[in-house]
Amino acid sequence: MEATEQGPIDVEAVRADFPILEREVAGGEDLVYLDNAATSHTPEPVVDAIADYYRRYNSNVHRGLHELSQEASVAYEDAHDKLAAFVGGEDREEMVFTKNTTEAENLVAFAWGLNELGPGDEVVLTQMEHHASLVTWQQVADETGAEVKYIPITDDGYLDMDAAADMITDDTALVNAVHISNTLGTVNPVGELADIAHDHGAYIFVDGAQAAPTRAVDVQEIDADFYAFSGHKMLGPTGIGCLYGKRHLLAEMEPFLYGGDMIERVSYEDATWNDPPWKFEAGTPVIAQGIALAEAVDYLQDIGMDAIRAHEEALTEYAYDQLTMTDDVDVYGPPGDDRGAVVSFNVDGIHAHDLSSILNDYGVAIRAGDHCTQPLHDTLGVPASARASFYLYNTRDEVDALVAAVDEARQIFAP
Amino acid sequence: MSMGSDMYRQQILDHYRNPRNQGELPEPSFTHEGYNPSCGDELEFDVALDDDGETIAHVAFRGDGCAISQASASMLSEELPGMTLAEVDALDRDDILDMLGVEVTPMRIKCAVLSEKVVQDGAEIYTGDGDEADRTTTEDDA
Ligand SMILES: Cc1ncc(COP(=O)(O)O)c(C=O)c1O
Repeated sequence: MEATEQGPIDVEAVRADFPILEREVAGGEDLVYLDNAATSHTPEPVVDAIADYYRRYNSNVHRGLHELSQEASVAYEDAHDKLAAFVGGEDREEMVFTKNTTEAENLVAFAWGLNELGPGDEVVLTQMEHHASLVTWQQVADETGAEVKYIPITDDGYLDMDAAADMITDDTALVNAVHISNTLGTVNPVGELADIAHDHGAYIFVDGAQAAPTRAVDVQEIDADFYAFSGHKMLGPTGIGCLYGKRHLLAEMEPFLYGGDMIERVSYEDATWNDPPWKFEAGTPVIAQGIALAEAVDYLQDIGMDAIRAHEEALTEYAYDQLTMTDDVDVYGPPGDDRGAVVSFNVDGIHAHDLSSILNDYGVAIRAGDHCTQPLHDTLGVPASARASFYLYNTRDEVDALVAAVDEARQIFAP
Repeated sequence: MSMGSDMYRQQILDHYRNPRNQGELPEPSFTHEGYNPSCGDELEFDVALDDDGETIAHVAFRGDGCAISQASASMLSEELPGMTLAEVDALDRDDILDMLGVEVTPMRIKCAVLSEKVVQDGAEIYTGDGDEADRTTTEDDA
């Protein structure tokens, strides 16, 4: 990526927008929130957007001609344009609001996969897929007689692209790849994967749950057929996810859920479908969440995605270097200067859950477990790992607090 | 500080580092294994009964997982010999927490009680009240 033109983040000013970061935990410790890959916090302007919606123009969309409904409908539809543009899409017709990334995966798996896949077809995933895609395509393959294959990872946590080139063939119907691994931090060459897939007439679904919040994404440059991400990981509310899909694919695809709003004309015998994206948003949709997520996009873009990325890369590399200074720590995935903002690790002799419990006593919130990548943890040969993940409001001091708390755990567990 | 720090008292760490009765029994009356999906803890217990077929004579276990689950297994393995299967059946969560002697945070209760559930389920299967194929998990115990 080009050198960033955006200045560095004024972290102190940013933190002032997140009152939750001021709270204490564990009976008086300052909160050090390093679990952003699981969910991010919500800045005041986004909280205000939600409150404003409920206080001023709460009403159903597309169903009323009264003023409140018009205001809500316009704001909700505009939010689709904003989210489409956020990842490089053209407009609302390419942007479906779902519940989360998981539902976006399921939407394509049900609406496209169940109808189009059959025996002889292959779905190619990566060994580092999140359960959101892995379990979903496994089940759809099982149902349709298609076969699932996994692109292996190298010892240092990159995708084995030679293997990918061999595995993606004319039998491949779809490639599903995580853009940034939520466990390894690996940034996958999704554009290259898209080229290989398209050379064989296959589609590519990119899971952008960790990428969209943390860097500028351009679905057209990647040439992604589908691209999914979650609002709650990018300063938005829970309950909303986004599915970008190429215009012609969304137009051709069958619906996912049936009901109100997704129809054009209904008789007692049959129905015809509304245009995308509404064809995929059956029933009263995620109105407040959609409007608030558009506000989160404004917030992120005011700071600048390149500035956010630079901030996180610096923190991630610092954390990687600090954690690996002692040789009883294993960090999984690529080197510290070539990864997304997650660092998963284990400390010799301390189970990740014990580590996380002790870190909590020092106010440090991290994730411990398999991070919804159980097969990947099997590949790594560990049942669980601890994971620190950073966002625009985190500081080097917080990384130091993490490292100090890990050292406390080391003392407690010292033989 | 919160009660979490209390979980890692010396006694827990001692049992975690030096588990008692770790290994296998040559002729167990029954063997049973269990799994705690939230931490990935695994435990397998061998239990040998006295000639009365009621009273526990020897216990051994194998396991892998967090300090709470493994210390709990080690401490329970010391408590069990001399107990009858009926007494084992009557054990509950509070008995285990008393045995551990520390405050266990809510998210970690499943780790603490895995050992108890494994032995109880194994005994149930042995006495014919349980389903042979069952592998114990703490998932339904939330
Ligand atoms: C890479 C990746 N994919 C998918 C998901 C699922 O997101 P959600 O739980 O919001 O559906 C997550 C996060 O949990 C993730 O990190």
